[in-house]
Amino acid sequence: MEKHYTDSQTKAVSTGTTILAAIFDGGVVIGSDSRASIGGEYVSSKTINKVIQVHDRIFCCMAGVLADAQAVIKAAKFHLSFHSVQMESPPLVIAAASVLKELCYKNKDELQAGFITAGWDEKKGPQVYVVSLGGMLISQPVTIGGSGSTYIYGYVDAKYKSNMTKEECLQFATNALALAMGRDNVSGGVAHLVVITAKGVEHVVVPGDKLPKFHDE
Amino acid sequence: MAAVASMMPMFGQQISSKNDMVPDWLGQEVSTGTTIMAVEYDGGVVIGADSRTTTGAYIANRVTDKLTPIHDRIFCCRSGSAADTQAIADVVAYQLGFHSIELDEPPLVETAANLFRASCYRYREELTAGILVAGWDRRKGGQVYSVPIGGMMVRQPVSVGGSGSSYIYGFMDSNYKPGMSKEQCLEITATALSLAMERDGSSGGVIRQASISEDGVERRVILGNQLPKFSTH
Repeated sequence: MEKHYTDSQTKAVSTGTTILAAIFDGGVVIGSDSRASIGGEYVSSKTINKVIQVHDRIFCCMAGVLADAQAVIKAAKFHLSFHSVQMESPPLVIAAASVLKELCYKNKDELQAGFITAGWDEKKGPQVYVVSLGGMLISQPVTIGGSGSTYIYGYVDAKYKSNMTKEECLQFATNALALAMGRDNVSGGVAHLVVITAKGVEHVVVPGDKLPKFHDE
Repeated sequence: MAAVASMMPMFGQQISSKNDMVPDWLGQEVSTGTTIMAVEYDGGVVIGADSRTTTGAYIANRVTDKLTPIHDRIFCCRSGSAADTQAIADVVAYQLGFHSIELDEPPLVETAANLFRASCYRYREELTAGILVAGWDRRKGGQVYSVPIGGMMVRQPVSVGGSGSSYIYGFMDSNYKPGMSKEQCLEITATALSLAMERDGSSGGVIRQASISEDGVERRVILGNQLPKFSTH
């Protein structure tokens, strides 16, 4: 009889997750689910926050192994605030993304973490950047990540339009997260959304029972 | 084919060739890595599939027909190993034809689905086959049954399958509404298949659709340049 090891002994806590970010007319929405799981069998946290503020108008979403992602973000926050002091101005969104990219690329053999960075700066307005597992950095108007994202590629491709209003974009993001959480067993909980514009930052939390329901629910 | 007699290949994996001159796709199993779907409407069903069959990275057939007739008003959509699904479909078509003659009546879709399930479950260790059975019969009208890998069977009003299906679960969950008409089903199927084909490397080519009802079977093909387009970035 095979000895059954609990996955926490053999697998790191992973944010099997769904994260996304999308640009709308005048700002950007970034969001995620709130579940952390161990090996897909045990939900170690129902309400983890995966949307981390790295500067006043720059937020990051993490995916991958939670420990790695948290460590990288902690280092990135430090580098970014130091950079901001040296430059005597708020950092550019691409600066935040590049800091994450450097850390992920230089330590690619040890790390298993990916990020979506979204924010607003004076120079280029609202932007979204993706740093993938090996340290590639690209800019996209809309992007999704995490294990739950596979189920919503079709939805996002079909539904995303550039220059949406803030309300349309929030609805689009909420729907996308709800659809992914409905199909991916390691995504769930509440939907955390952050809206970033020139004026400031707005947090929206949609609890599980207030998420949109679809035809078979 | 580079079949090495001394090695028993694990199902679905590469048959390795020691010869570097032989391209690796010659040793790969032929797979219908694919996107298939079937939708019920009042009076029949609409089925659809892409048309790509791959052996590793090589597209062995770019105009495959994955919608296989099992009986006059019953079709199946095949995904997984091309050999396995063709063999199972042949067996079931024979069994169903025989049964229909004995009964002196057109067979039920549920019967066809059960025959698929029986084969897929009994030989589950040897097979890699994900099949959607869809058709029309007088008793229950349009029906879709899903027989995924492993050999379970479940009736669903809408079902998607194959490697490309993961990408369109969200789209289907949000866009399908019960009580759609045949034209709406054809449209949602074409859109969903396009989205999946754009994201899944193992799906592509043309879209083949069929609608099955009491009046018969209507087939159509949507060519690559006629596929719906999306504002991808």
